[in-house]
Amino acid sequence: MANFTLRINGETKTVSVEPDTPLLYVLRNDLALNGPKFGCGLAQCGACTVLVDGKPARSCVTPVSTAAKGRITTIEGLGTVDRLHPLQRAFIDEQACQCGFCGNGMVMSAKALLDRNPRPTDRQIKQTLNGHLCRCASHNRIVRAVQRAAAALRAEARS
Amino acid sequence: MSATPTQNVSRRDFLKVSGGLVIGFTLAPRLALSQDRLPGSLEANRMLDAWLRIEPNGTVTIFTGKIELGQGIGTALAQIAADELDVNLQRIEVVYGDTARTPNEGQTAGSLSVEQSGTALRFACAEGRDMLVSAAAAKLGVPATDLRVSDGTISAPGGATVTYWDLARDTDFKRQATAKVKPKPPAEHKWVGKSIARRDIPKKFTGGAAYVQDVRLPNMVFGRVVRPPSPGAQLLSVDEAAARRLPGVVAVVRDGSFLAVAAEREEQAIRAREALTRSARWKEAASLPPTGEALYRQLMSSPAPGDTVVEKTSSVAGAPVKTLEALYTRPYQSHGSIGPSCAVAQWQDGKLTVWTHSQGVFPLRADLAKVFGVKPQDIRCIHAEGAGCYGHNGADDVALDAALMARATRGRPVKLQWMRDDEFMWAPYGSAMAVKLSGGIDGQGNIVSWSHEMWSHPHSTRPGSSAGVNLLAARHLAQAFQPVLPADVPQPAGGAARNAIPLYDFPNVKVVKHYIAEAPLRTSALRTLGGYANVFALESFVDELALVAGADPVELRLNHLKDARGRAVIEAAAQRAGWQPGLLGDGTRGRGFAFAKYKNLACYCATVADVEVDRTTGRVIVTRVVAAVDAGQIVNPDGVINQIEGGIIQSASWTLMESVRFDRTRVTTRSWSDYPILRFTEVPEVEVVLLDQPAERFLGVGEGAQGPAAAAIANGIANATGKRLRALPFTAERVKQALA
Repeated sequence: MANFTLRINGETKTVSVEPDTPLLYVLRNDLALNGPKFGCGLAQCGACTVLVDGKPARSCVTPVSTAAKGRITTIEGLGTVDRLHPLQRAFIDEQACQCGFCGNGMVMSAKALLDRNPRPTDRQIKQTLNGHLCRCASHNRIVRAVQRAAAALRAEARS
Repeated sequence: MSATPTQNVSRRDFLKVSGGLVIGFTLAPRLALSQDRLPGSLEANRMLDAWLRIEPNGTVTIFTGKIELGQGIGTALAQIAADELDVNLQRIEVVYGDTARTPNEGQTAGSLSVEQSGTALRFACAEGRDMLVSAAAAKLGVPATDLRVSDGTISAPGGATVTYWDLARDTDFKRQATAKVKPKPPAEHKWVGKSIARRDIPKKFTGGAAYVQDVRLPNMVFGRVVRPPSPGAQLLSVDEAAARRLPGVVAVVRDGSFLAVAAEREEQAIRAREALTRSARWKEAASLPPTGEALYRQLMSSPAPGDTVVEKTSSVAGAPVKTLEALYTRPYQSHGSIGPSCAVAQWQDGKLTVWTHSQGVFPLRADLAKVFGVKPQDIRCIHAEGAGCYGHNGADDVALDAALMARATRGRPVKLQWMRDDEFMWAPYGSAMAVKLSGGIDGQGNIVSWSHEMWSHPHSTRPGSSAGVNLLAARHLAQAFQPVLPADVPQPAGGAARNAIPLYDFPNVKVVKHYIAEAPLRTSALRTLGGYANVFALESFVDELALVAGADPVELRLNHLKDARGRAVIEAAAQRAGWQPGLLGDGTRGRGFAFAKYKNLACYCATVADVEVDRTTGRVIVTRVVAAVDAGQIVNPDGVINQIEGGIIQSASWTLMESVRFDRTRVTTRSWSDYPILRFTEVPEVEVVLLDQPAERFLGVGEGAQGPAAAAIANGIANATGKRLRALPFTAERVKQALA
C-alpha cells in the first residue's frame, strides 16, 4: 500500500492503495463517485472513462499511480443536477439514453472533443465515440445531444 | 377455413384466440367464487392500497411490481396516475418491485408493463380519486359532480376547498378495488400522450446513485465468483488456502463446483479470483454442439416431434402453380449488457436482503427461498436498476451468488459483481433457431399455401417456476438444485413459435414447432423470444414469394392483409419512406420492407430499411430505417420512439454481426473483441412515425421493432444485390461469399 494524492474535480484526495490499483475502483469505492462505471475491465467499452489532464482515459486499466500525476475530472466534476454542464443538460434534453450505463463515457469523451473542437461534424462525433459501446442503441440521440451541447457552449462563449 | 388448436394450446388460450374470452374466464376455477375479473394486474393484486398511497403531508406514492430498466416505465406509470388522480406529475413518487412493498406482478417482460401495471394503476387511481371526491362532497355538502380537482385540491363552485391531504387520514384505501370507476377519456388527459422527460435520466448523467452498482452499505465487502471453464465442468481441486492468504480476502466459499471470494477491496477480490482461477482444476466434457451449418443440422435432427401450432385449410383457394422452400437460421446470441450483472446481499438474523436488477423480484425470491431452505417471507428482494436488460440475463443468477457469498461474511453485506467473461459465458443466450418456410402462389400471384416449421430451444427459463430452481449457482452446489426443463411459452404469445402464425390471410396455413427443451447452451428470454427469428424468416419469405410472383413486396402484403391497423402502418411506413413499387437496387444499394404485429397481440410495426453493400468487402451498412408504429393509446410518444429506435439499431447489430462463439467444450466469447456489436459509424439514421390511437387500449412496444428490422435488412440486401441471405448474422465474410 502507498499513499496517493489525487487532484480530482478541483479537490485533492489522498488514498492508501496498491500503486497498480485501477483508478476506477479508487473513484467508485474510496471516493464514492458513481459516474465512472465498470463495464468490461478491458478498456473495450468506454463506460469507465474519465479525463486525465483533459484527455479521455479508461479508468478500468489506468493505474492509480499514473492517474495521480495528472488532474482527474469525472462526470461529477462537470456539473450537478442543480447546476448542469451544457453536455449533461443536452443529454437530458435529448433523452439520450435508455439504461444510461454507457452515458458517463459518452459525456466524458464528448467533453474532450468539444474542448478541442467546438464545432464538430456529426461524422467527427461518431468517430470520437466509436470506441464507446451502447447496447440500448441510443447512438443517434447521443450524437444529437453532443451537437446540442456544442451549440450551447458556443452560445455561452459568445455571451 | 378453420383454426385447429392442438394439445399445445390450452383450452383457455384457444378460447382467447377464437374470441371466447368471457367463456374462457368464467371457466377459471377462482372466478367461480363470483369475483369480477379486474383489469391488468389488479386481477392478481386487488387491494387499492397495494397500488396507491396518499399521505397527509401531500405525498402521492404509486407502487408497481414492474421495474425500471431504462425503458422509462416509471415515467409512463406516473403520467397515467397523475391524470387519473388530478395531481401534478412531480408530486408522484414511484416505488418499483420490492417484495416488502409492492404488488407481485411477476416479470417485467413481454412488453407488458404499461398493459398490465399501467392498466391496474389507471383503474386504482380513478377509484382512489372517486373515493376522495366523494369524501369531499360529504364534507363540503356539495354534489360530487360539482367538484373540481387540481393537484389534489378539491374545489366547490362557491369557492370552498378541501385537499386530498386533508382527507387522506380518513380515506381508507385498504379495500378491494372494484374497477367500477371509469378512467378518464383521452380528451381529458393532461399528462398521458405527452413526451414527458424521463425521471430516471438526470441522476444517470450527474453521477447520482442510479444503479445497483451504486448501493453502498456500511462494512460492505466485494465479491467475485469463479465460474467453471465450461458448462457442466466439475471442480476437482483448488488452493483455497492460498487465496485466503491474499491481501484483504475475507472469505472463500467452495460448495461443490461453486467457488466465490470476498475481499475488503474490490481489486483484492479480483486478484483473489485470478488466483483461484489459476489454481482450480476442473473436469470438463465436450458437451457443446458443432458450429456453422452443422449446428442447425443437429438442431433439426433432434427427436423433438413437431407440434402443430395452427393448421387451417381452404377448399376455395386454387392450387399453387409455383412453390418455394427456404431455410433460415439464427445463431445463439448474447444480451451483451454493457454492465455485467451485479447484486448486493446481506444476511441478518437468518433473514436475507438482496438488492437486485432482476426483472422479477418475487419469482427470484421464490427460487432463493428454495435454495436456502427458508420461508419466502424471510427474504426481501429490492429492485435497483442494472445496465440495460433485454430479457433474462445474469441478474437473477448474480443475486444467488451474492447471497451464497454473504453467508460466509458474518453479516457483512457483499456486493458481488460479475466480470465481463462471466456475463458473456454464463448469462442465458437467445436460442439458436432453424426455420423452414414453404409456400406457393397461384396463377394470379396470390399466396395460397404457407408452411412455417421451426426448431428451437427454450426461450424462457426464468426463476419462479413451481418445481426446480432456475438459478445458475444452484446447479453447481454440492447439494445441487436442478433447473426444470420448462414447457414452451404457450400460445397465443408463444415462445419458440412467437409470431410464427402469419397475420396475413393466406388460405392454407400450417405452423409446426419442434421444441427441444434440453439445450447444450443455457438459453432463455432475449428480447422477442422466438419472434426475432420467426419474423425474420416469415417476412423474408414473403419477399421471396413476391419475387416469384413478380409482385411488389408492399403490394403483396396489402393484398393479403385485412387487419386495418396493420394496413395503416404498412401504408404509413411506405409513404414516409417514399417507397417506389418495383424499384430494384443497383447492385450495391437497395431497400427492404417488413412488417409484424409483435406476438400478434401487441404493437404493429412496419419498417423500410435502406442498405448499402460493399461488394468487395461484403460489408453491409444500413444507412436509414423508417418505421411506422401503432401502439394503441400512446402514454409517452418519445418513450415509444426511443424503444423503436433502439430496437431497430439493436436488431441491426444482431442481424449484421452477432453470434456467440464456442468450441465443442467451451464458450469462447469472453469479451467484446469476441462479440462485436454495431458502433456509432455503422448505425443507421432512424425515423419513426407514430399512429396514435387514443381510443384504443395500450399495446406493448418495447420489442416491436426487432423482427421487422431484421427482415427489412435481409430484404434490402436481396433488393440491392439479387442475393438472398438466410443465415444470420450477415457478416462481411458471409455476404462476400454469397456475392462471389
